Amino acid sequence: MGHIRGLKCRECGREYPIEPIYVCEFCFGPLEVAYDYKSIAKALNKKEIEKREKSLWRYRELLPIDGEPQVGLTSGYTPLVKADNLAKELGMEELYLKDDTVVHPTLSFKDRVVSVALTKAKEFGFDTVACASTGNLAHSVSAHGARAGLKRFIFIPASLEPSKIIASLVYEPNLVAVDGNYDDVNRLCSEIANKYSWAFVNINIRPFYAEGSKTLGFEIIEQLGWKAPDNVVVPCASGSLLTKVWKSFKEFKDIGIIKALGTKVFAAQATGCSPIVTAIKQGTDVIRPVKPNTIAKSLAIGNPADGFYASQVVRETGGDGEDVSDQEIIDAIKLLARTEGIFAETAGGVTLASAKKLIAAGKIRRDEVTVICITGNGLKTQEALQGNVASPHYIKPNIASFEEVLKKIP
Amino acid sequence: MAVKVRIPTPLQRLTQGKEEVEGTPGKVIELVSDLDRRFPGIGERISEKGKIRRFVNIYVNDEDIRFLNSEETVIKDGDEVSIVPAIAGGAWPRAEVRTEEGE
Repeated sequence: MGHIRGLKCRECGREYPIEPIYVCEFCFGPLEVAYDYKSIAKALNKKEIEKREKSLWRYRELLPIDGEPQVGLTSGYTPLVKADNLAKELGMEELYLKDDTVVHPTLSFKDRVVSVALTKAKEFGFDTVACASTGNLAHSVSAHGARAGLKRFIFIPASLEPSKIIASLVYEPNLVAVDGNYDDVNRLCSEIANKYSWAFVNINIRPFYAEGSKTLGFEIIEQLGWKAPDNVVVPCASGSLLTKVWKSFKEFKDIGIIKALGTKVFAAQATGCSPIVTAIKQGTDVIRPVKPNTIAKSLAIGNPADGFYASQVVRETGGDGEDVSDQEIIDAIKLLARTEGIFAETAGGVTLASAKKLIAAGKIRRDEVTVICITGNGLKTQEALQGNVASPHYIKPNIASFEEVLKKIP
Repeated sequence: MAVKVRIPTPLQRLTQGKEEVEGTPGKVIELVSDLDRRFPGIGERISEKGKIRRFVNIYVNDEDIRFLNSEETVIKDGDEVSIVPAIAGGAWPRAEVRTEEGE
């Protein structure tokens, strides 16, 4: 191994050793993992990657671990679906869906970041992992932590939907339901993280955790036949995924895996929580915090940690941002299911609906290779579709009753 | 009456442990220079080349200066100024926590 140089402040460039720290002591900027790309370029090439297991760990030299992968050995490497039916609907020539509705084992892209975070937590010697979450992250930390034999503390807002609580509780973590909203939970967790020496995946392990998102981008390039797409549309909550997808493309270019890179990166948000897209549209780099009000709860971060960096990536690549209403989100979820047989959670609806608007506005050109990132499974947010799907045909258990119905079906 | 300035925990080492210090009225960026003269080192922690650092938030009477007139915002006698580090993912008590969950 030995491809990691240390941690580096994104703002002032000060360097730190590899430790469970995440903020620059000097200027309060976020810390990021710094790699030795020269040595990675020697160790990693297309042939070598192609020989490996089909999991996110096939790009391990570009992930911040020292030893062997320990968690999430079967996570990642989800399908890149060529979406011809959807392409036809939207008038596109070549459209792909990166389908993270089926990441093993908890059906969202969070399994990627948690695999890396928990491997790193074990390397640091932690016996307890923790997170603040409203859904996908809670499920993933609960599940991966169970298999890895780690003690788990999962903090959620007490008002969370019962289905989401059950999908965490089944893995038997210590689930702590806090009387407050997500911001209150997060604030409390930052105090707990200072007091107890636990691996909080989205606090003190964050620099390592966030790197896991790059695997989604590596896979897109590999699955396109070692080519970067012309456009990629990414949903934004904190903005971390978008910045890491772009980082992954740049890294593959830097170590010579791809020769050309001209991808435009597009940000998608719900109108009810769109601080990043608002900044992009207004051409400012100041992210104004908002109070979220949208059915896309997994994207409902009013004060996004990586909002500035995400808006910079969009600007630097010549991309754009788009936001969509709750009804547009629901319509897009149904469109995706009807055309491609994929049931996405609300975040997937946000991304597709935004892409649709960007295509209609000519910001994404019809003849350009475009990838839409679908990051979580619709079975997790079924309540969002309540009242927006048809009813079953109710019949008596006889053929006459069935044929009555059949007559009414066009 | 002067300006009240709240100092966050990580910077209190530079203010001899004081949570609150007094400042002089004027533009925000002038206040920073004034603080740096009295508490050497504090200036470079919260600003660089005349700009407030991106992960430091400054509030004048509870309004973020980015939504007033940024570094040029004028502080009057009796105003209250808070210096609050914005921390990705959470950190010191009283810091402004920026979250990292969804997508």
